[in-house]
Amino acid sequence: MTAILVAAPVVSIVALAMHPAPDVWRELTAYVLPLAMIDTALLLGGVGALALSIGAGAAWLISLHDFRGRGLLLWLMPLPLAIPTYMAAYVYADLFEPLGLVHRTLAVWFPLRDVVAVLPNLRSMPGAIVVIGLVLYPYVYLSARTMFQFQSAEFGEAARTLGASRWNVFWRVSLPMARPALAVGLALVSLETLNDIGATEYLGVRTLTVSIFTTWLNRGSLAGAAQLSCFMLAIVAGLIAVERYGRRNVETEFSAESPRLTPRTRLDGIRGWSAFAACLLPVLLGFVVPVLFLLQQSFRRGLLANFDLSLGRDAFNSVAFATLATLMALALGFATILAWRWRPGPLRLAAMNISQTGYALPGLVLALGLLTPVLAIDNGINAIAGWLGRSLPGLILVGSGAAVVIAYVIRFLAVPTGLIKAGYERIPRDYDDSARAAGAGQATTMRLIHLPLLRPAMLGAVIIVFVDCLKELPATLLLRPLNVDTLATSIYQFASRGSFEDGALAALLIVAASIGPVAWLTRFSDVPSGPA
Amino acid sequence: MIKFRVFAATAVLLGLASPAITTASAENGEVNVYTYRETKLVQPLFNAFTADSGIKVNVVSASSGLEQRIKAEGANSPADVLLTVDIGRIDEAVAAGVTQPIRSETIDKVVPAQYRDPDGHWAGISMRARVIYASKDRVKQDAITYEEMADPKWKGKICIRSGQHIYNNGLFAAYVARYGEAKAEEWLRGLKANLAQKPSGGDREAARDVAAGKCDIGIGNTYYWALMMNNDPEKKPWAEATRVILPTFQGGGTHVNLSGVLLAKHAPNRANGVKLIEWLIGEKAQQIYADSNYEYPIRVGVAINPTIAGYGKLNADSLPISKIAANRKAAATLVDKVGFDN
Repeated sequence: MTAILVAAPVVSIVALAMHPAPDVWRELTAYVLPLAMIDTALLLGGVGALALSIGAGAAWLISLHDFRGRGLLLWLMPLPLAIPTYMAAYVYADLFEPLGLVHRTLAVWFPLRDVVAVLPNLRSMPGAIVVIGLVLYPYVYLSARTMFQFQSAEFGEAARTLGASRWNVFWRVSLPMARPALAVGLALVSLETLNDIGATEYLGVRTLTVSIFTTWLNRGSLAGAAQLSCFMLAIVAGLIAVERYGRRNVETEFSAESPRLTPRTRLDGIRGWSAFAACLLPVLLGFVVPVLFLLQQSFRRGLLANFDLSLGRDAFNSVAFATLATLMALALGFATILAWRWRPGPLRLAAMNISQTGYALPGLVLALGLLTPVLAIDNGINAIAGWLGRSLPGLILVGSGAAVVIAYVIRFLAVPTGLIKAGYERIPRDYDDSARAAGAGQATTMRLIHLPLLRPAMLGAVIIVFVDCLKELPATLLLRPLNVDTLATSIYQFASRGSFEDGALAALLIVAASIGPVAWLTRFSDVPSGPA
Repeated sequence: MIKFRVFAATAVLLGLASPAITTASAENGEVNVYTYRETKLVQPLFNAFTADSGIKVNVVSASSGLEQRIKAEGANSPADVLLTVDIGRIDEAVAAGVTQPIRSETIDKVVPAQYRDPDGHWAGISMRARVIYASKDRVKQDAITYEEMADPKWKGKICIRSGQHIYNNGLFAAYVARYGEAKAEEWLRGLKANLAQKPSGGDREAARDVAAGKCDIGIGNTYYWALMMNNDPEKKPWAEATRVILPTFQGGGTHVNLSGVLLAKHAPNRANGVKLIEWLIGEKAQQIYADSNYEYPIRVGVAINPTIAGYGKLNADSLPISKIAANRKAAATLVDKVGFDN
C-alpha cells in the first residue's frame, strides 16, 4: 500500500522518460552530464563531511558528556533545521558579498579594495558546501543522538579498562556502533542537498537537479528531464545499496542482558567550555546569524509594524499541511517497518525499500510525476459522477490541497521509515522472544517494549518531517489549490522579484512554527543519564 | 452544472485550508487564473478588475509546470487564463495543447502584431528589456551593442547570472535567431571569455558586483534596476553606482521579452477569461502594470514610468517573438556546449 503510493510518481516519471528524446540525450551526455556529475559529487562529499563532523561530534559530546550549558544546547542544536537552504544562501551571500555587512564593517578600518580581496567568495563550490552544511547538520545530529544516548555502557567501559583513551572509545566503539543512525542522517543530508535548486543555482553550482530543471524549462524536454531524473534515481539506489553492503554483518543491537546506559562524563573547566563552544559555533552560524539578519530586515523594512494579515493565513496553511503530512508519514512509516519486523519476506523488503525512494526525487520532479496519477483519480471521479448522471464534483484531490499533503508524505516518508528502522535494529529479537515466552501478544510487545524504546527515533522523525514540510517549495507551488499560499510559497514570491528580504517575516514565521515542536520534543527526547 | 463544479471546488477548498475564500461566486461569477507572475504582484491588478467588473479572481501561482498541470487536469481543469513571464513559457503552453485562440478585436487593435500569436493563442501584456548596468566611473561608452559584448576589450569585466536562466536564454535565443548557431556559439565563447567570475547570483547581484568593482558591466533586466532605485533603500547604492544602457543589435534594436496571457482550452468561465484579458491590456491596467513593476506597457500611449523612461528611448528589436521562442533549445544547448556556466 505504502509502496504503491510512493511508486506512483516514480512509475509516472519512468513513463515520461520512455518518450524518445534522442537529440536531447546525446547533448546531455556530451555537454551536461560529466560536469554535473563532478559538481554533484563534490557538493555531496563536502556537505556530507561537514554535516557528519558537526552532527556526530555534537551528538557525541551532548549525549555522553555533561558540561555547563548542555541544557541550553539540547534546545539549540536542532534549530538550523528551520532555516531553508535557499534562505541561508541569500543571507550569507548578502552578509559576505562586497558591500555587505561584513565588508562595510571591515571597511571602517581597512581600505575598501583590500577588504574585497580577502572576503571569501560564497558564490562558489566551497561557499555552497559551507552554507548548506551548516543548516543541514541537524539531520545527522538528531539521528546520531538517538543512538549515542542509548548506547550501552559496557562497551565503552570494557574499552577503557583495556587502556583506550576517551578519544579512542569515540572512534573505535561509539562511532561504529552508531553507524546505522549516522548512515540515515547522512542519507537525509545527501538527499536534501541533491534536491536543492534554489541555493545551488544562486551560488553558481551546477548539480544534476539544476540540469534537470534547465533541460525541462529551456529545452522544453520533459522526456529529457525525466531521463535525467531516472539517472539520478539510479545513483541514489546505488548509494543506498553500497551503504547496505557496507553494513552487512554489523551487529548493533544492545546486549540483551545489560541495557544499562552509559553514564555521562562530567567535563569541567576549560574542557567543559571548549565542548560548549564547539557545539555553540555551528548553531550560531547555522541559526542565530540568519535569524538575526531576518529580524533586522523585518524591523528595518517595517514588516512587523505593517504586519501583512495574509501571512497569518499562510502560516495556518503551512502548519495544517505539515501536521497532516507528518502524522500520515509517521503512521505509514511505522506500519511498513512493523510489517517487515513481524513477517520479513522479499515482498515486504521490496515495499520497505520502495517507500524510501520518495526522498530521492527532487520536489519538482515528484510533483510532475504526481500530477498524472492524482489527476487521473480526480478525473475518474468526475467521469463516474457524469456516468451516474450526478453533477460533477470538480477536482477533489488537487482542489482541496490533498495533493500537496500526498506529495509531502511521499517525499518525506523515508525519514520515519529510516529512523524507525534504525531504531528497531537496536532492539534485540530476544526481547520479542522473551515477551512472547511471558505470554504477551504482538500488540502488547509493541506497546510495552517497542514503542518506549522507539520514542526518540519517532520524535526525531516527527521534527524532521514537520519542519521539512514547512520548508518544501517546488511541489507546494505546483500542486496547491487556487488562492492558497504557504509561508514557503510566500517567501518565493518575494525572492523571485529579487527582494527576498521582504519575505524575512515569512521566513521568521517558518522558524517560529518549527521552534515550537522542536523545543517541545527535545524536552522528551533527552533520557536520564545512566547511574555512574 | 459548470457553475456547480466551481462552487463545489470552492467549498472543498474552504473546508481544508483557506479562510480567505469567500463563496463570492456572485452574479457576475468568477475567473480562475494560473500564473507564473507572483500573486503579490498581480493581486492589485485583480483587485482593480474585480472592482470594475464584479468578477472574482481566483489565483494559483507557480515557478514552473503550470501547463503540465492544466494538461493533466484535462477537461475538468478549472483554469481559465494563464499568465506567463517569459516567451519560453508561452511557447510551452501552446506546444502542450492547453490553449485556445482568444479571438478578440480589442487585442488585435491594441497589441502590436509582433507581440501576439498570428493564430490568436497568446498575446503580450508587458515588456522588459535585457540591458547593461554600466559602472558610472569606469565605463565611458554611452552605446554598446550585444555583438560588442564579446569584444576582448571587455575581458574580465562582465558579470552575469547563469546562462541557463530564462532571461539569458531569451537573449541568447534572439542571437541565434539573428545570426545562426555557428556565429552565436562564437559570440558566446567571446562573452564567456570576458566574464569576471563564474555566472551566479541574480540580476541584482550583477549591479552589486559592478558597484563593488568586481566588474564594469553587469547584465540585467530593466525593472530590477528601478526596483533597487525606488523600492529598496539598502540596494539603492548598487543602482546608484551604475547607469542603465539600452544595448542594441547591430542594425537592430534592444532585446525584449514578454509577459503574456493565454486562454485555457477548457476554460469553464471563458467569457470572463476574455473579459479579464481585454481588461489587462486596457489603459488602467497597463498603467498599474507599468508603475508597480516598472515594465514597458504593451499598449501604445500609456505613460512609461519615469525611472524607466530615464534609460532613454526604447527601440525594441523587430525580430518576431515567435522566432526567438523557436531558438530557445538551440541556445540552451550552446550554453552547455561552450561551458558558459562552468
